[in-house]
Amino acid sequence: MFTILFDHASELFSGLGYTLGASFIALIGSLVLGTLFALMEIGQHKWVRVIGRAYVEVVRNIPLLVITMGFYVIVPMFIVQVDGFTAGTIGLTIYTSAFIAETIRSGIQSVSSGQMEGARSVGLTYYQAMFHIIFPQAIKIVIPPLGNQFINLVKNSSILAFVAGFDLMYQGKIIANSTFNTFDTYLAVGLLYLIVTMPLSYLMRFLEKKWKTA
Amino acid sequence: MQKWKKWLALAATMLVALALSGCGQNAASRDALAHAKQTDTLVWGVKADTRLFGLMNVKTGKIEGFDIDMAKALTKQVLGKKGKAQLVQVTSDTRVPMLKGGNVDAVIATMTITPDREKVLDFTDSYFNAGQSLLVAKGSKIKSVKDLTADTKVIGVQGSNSVDNIKKAAPQTTVLQLSDYAQAFTALKSHQGDALTTDNGILYGMSQQDSNYVVVGGTFTKEPYGIALNKGQTALQQALNKALKTLRANGTYEKLVNKWFGDIPGFDIKEVE
Repeated sequence: MFTILFDHASELFSGLGYTLGASFIALIGSLVLGTLFALMEIGQHKWVRVIGRAYVEVVRNIPLLVITMGFYVIVPMFIVQVDGFTAGTIGLTIYTSAFIAETIRSGIQSVSSGQMEGARSVGLTYYQAMFHIIFPQAIKIVIPPLGNQFINLVKNSSILAFVAGFDLMYQGKIIANSTFNTFDTYLAVGLLYLIVTMPLSYLMRFLEKKWKTA
Repeated sequence: MQKWKKWLALAATMLVALALSGCGQNAASRDALAHAKQTDTLVWGVKADTRLFGLMNVKTGKIEGFDIDMAKALTKQVLGKKGKAQLVQVTSDTRVPMLKGGNVDAVIATMTITPDREKVLDFTDSYFNAGQSLLVAKGSKIKSVKDLTADTKVIGVQGSNSVDNIKKAAPQTTVLQLSDYAQAFTALKSHQGDALTTDNGILYGMSQQDSNYVVVGGTFTKEPYGIALNKGQTALQQALNKALKTLRANGTYEKLVNKWFGDIPGFDIKEVE
């Protein structure tokens, strides 16, 4: 395993870079999109709720590979040219956003309804109450499940390997094929994924503890 | 105390992983020919995504192609009339690990005999002489491998030696590697690359499927296909080589080549035999 790590360090670390890049972009993107759709799901107007609900249900029930291939194959045929990295990252963002929307929605709804009523009674508007009172409490509640989604996101970024997105898994496949040492290569790849996901896991745990006492 | 236990658990996990990496050898080391004779079955790794060589017929659910017919004919030669050829789907990506792991006895899947592969596998004599070429959309500016520059992208398939060859023949160009030929052709159609490169036989199959794409520039490598076996399967290797000679002598081979490649425009049968 160590010979693979050293002999192919440049490919593996360039792959790790693409994986980190795609994960970072998708993490920010899916958090923004997910929050937006969570707010739509509990929105005040019926048609806003319907749109939010429909998006979440459709997206989270389609496999990630199908969404990604859609962007890699169908979008370039009819709309605009996107390369593998872009298609993979967009697919990853959209797919994860549905799960994050559900996570955040359940967090918001688990905040006692008295909080909203209290906030409204002292004169805050719905949106002021949502952003200043409900949302900060909800975020603390959803930190652990959100952490799960982030870790899944990093691991799911291996989808890029199927659309030639130059990520860690893609490089791993190429190294496995050129060295014929499948086992050690994937062991090295697994270890590099761990290097990314373990700190993320600990970071989420740290935030969970810190905000619980606050 | 708690912390100490955590680190110990982590260290133990890593040790297990390292220990596992040491034991790569397993069931694959048994004599494949003797086992095949016992069960009257030879397990073949074949392609199911490659027109002309091995393609899944969606209507019948059966894999059809030149490699498949060869596998069946060879099985009959090696095991007698009762012999059955069991077909297992492989891709360029999975064929070596599956052979090494003992999932299949032999791989007949458009596989070129290369020195690198011979280090880890054994091959029979060549049964088909292909050569690498390019497939492009009709009217493309790319006429041969010389037109591949830093501004072009070439699509290849993971685990095929054509990706190594193209890096040598056109070092400037970007190579995108997809996991199988069906996906690679789809990527070409959605303009992810300017050309698709692999062996001419496979490319002619794609061109036959969609006439908007043509093979250009002739061949720029020689790709003798062999049947791949795990290292040390000498008995099976000899039996298959003998069977290949018989098939060539009794006309079966020529009949099969004609059946699959006889009426493909631009393809020279004399070159491949």
